[in-house]
Amino acid sequence: MGLKEKVFKKSLWLFHLSAGSCNNCDIEILDCLTPRFDVERFGMKLVGSVRHADVILVTGIVTKKTKKRVLEIYKQAPKPVLVVAFGSCSCTGGIFAEGYNFEGPLDKVIPVDAYIPGCPPKPEAILAGIVKLLNK
Amino acid sequence: MVKELFYFLVFPGLLFSAVIGGFLSWFDRKITARVQFRQGPPLLQPLYDFLKLLLVKETILPKRGSQLTFLLAPVFALFGATMAAVFILLPAFGIATGFAGDIIVVIYLLNIPSVSYILGALAAGNPLANVGASREMKLILSYEAPFLLVLLMVVIKAGMVISFSEIVAYQQANGAFIGSVSGVIGFIVLMMCIQAKLALVPFDMPEGEGEISDGITIEYSGTPYSLIFLAKYIMLFVLPALVVSLLMSGLPLQGWHILWSVLKILLIVLLITLVRNTNPRVKIRQAMRFFWVWMNLLALIAVILAIFGL
Repeated sequence: MGLKEKVFKKSLWLFHLSAGSCNNCDIEILDCLTPRFDVERFGMKLVGSVRHADVILVTGIVTKKTKKRVLEIYKQAPKPVLVVAFGSCSCTGGIFAEGYNFEGPLDKVIPVDAYIPGCPPKPEAILAGIVKLLNK
Repeated sequence: MVKELFYFLVFPGLLFSAVIGGFLSWFDRKITARVQFRQGPPLLQPLYDFLKLLLVKETILPKRGSQLTFLLAPVFALFGATMAAVFILLPAFGIATGFAGDIIVVIYLLNIPSVSYILGALAAGNPLANVGASREMKLILSYEAPFLLVLLMVVIKAGMVISFSEIVAYQQANGAFIGSVSGVIGFIVLMMCIQAKLALVPFDMPEGEGEISDGITIEYSGTPYSLIFLAKYIMLFVLPALVVSLLMSGLPLQGWHILWSVLKILLIVLLITLVRNTNPRVKIRQAMRFFWVWMNLLALIAVILAIFGL
């Protein structure tokens, strides 16, 4: 493993993008920063600006309204950037898969590096997904 | 010439203060984590963050805005922080350089990073960055006056000398200034000013990540952002060193004194971290009132006490 790859994996900064979610996944993301789960020991932290992001966590289904915005956010992020489909909605569409405003699962819109299913995913599942992302 | 370059680039300039500052940044994050009963990041985390931004990430320039200013602002910030490190740390370590009046140069040098952040933010052409820049300006306007008053107090106590090495030497001969009433009051005011200079909670409104998403650094990515990180690491070491050399008799490097020097710096950073972990962010209006009314009042009292020799 080269130096570049190593420092990238040791300091992943998370940017949280809510495409059209019910806020359940968003609350679970914040759970990961709490004392019990603490993702900062892997060097991760939440950042406020997409220009600092290394990982974009997309929650919720991509709707007709938000598809344009999701693409724009993805273009604004400095490469290399990893995309995580977070929760059942962004992985497959979940219970909204038949909805009139559903624009397809996230990997039809932007390339996805990891999927974390669940409605919402448990913090343990999120940590397992993060470990898979680190070992990829 | 070689000696000056060595001072600037290696010790106590860029390399040394960046390494110590990176360690202090880890210390700050680790203490924060322990206060919140978390595990905290590993020791090399500041190095990973810096190298990732420097080597891996892409640099994006703003389409609307001045790209040259945007790129040069972090370089100026790093330069100002490094020069301040050289001018503050050499007298603090007891290396006899400097000239009469270097304390006035340091006042200006310590402002260069903040002013550069403002320039870079205004050149980014982002509305949120502009809000952050205007807040940073107001913050500078509020903390400068008490900061200057505390410096005046120190100068009066040291017998009207305006040179760092003489102030440090005076304290090593006659006891640290913090042992007096005016010294304690000055210490409180100076700690608050430093908290604002470092833009840490409760005075972190220039980069409040909840409301204006990192404010002044919102458009920075890649290499320029890594330079801003480096400047911030250096400032996290330089400003505690300033407090120690103004009020706590410097950082002598002979024998057992090294242990005391390390403990003094760690104590100041610990205080900064605890203040930042136990307070909410205040509004800019509240911060201005806090500095202009209360901190100025305290600093004035300290100056008057110093004139009467207390």
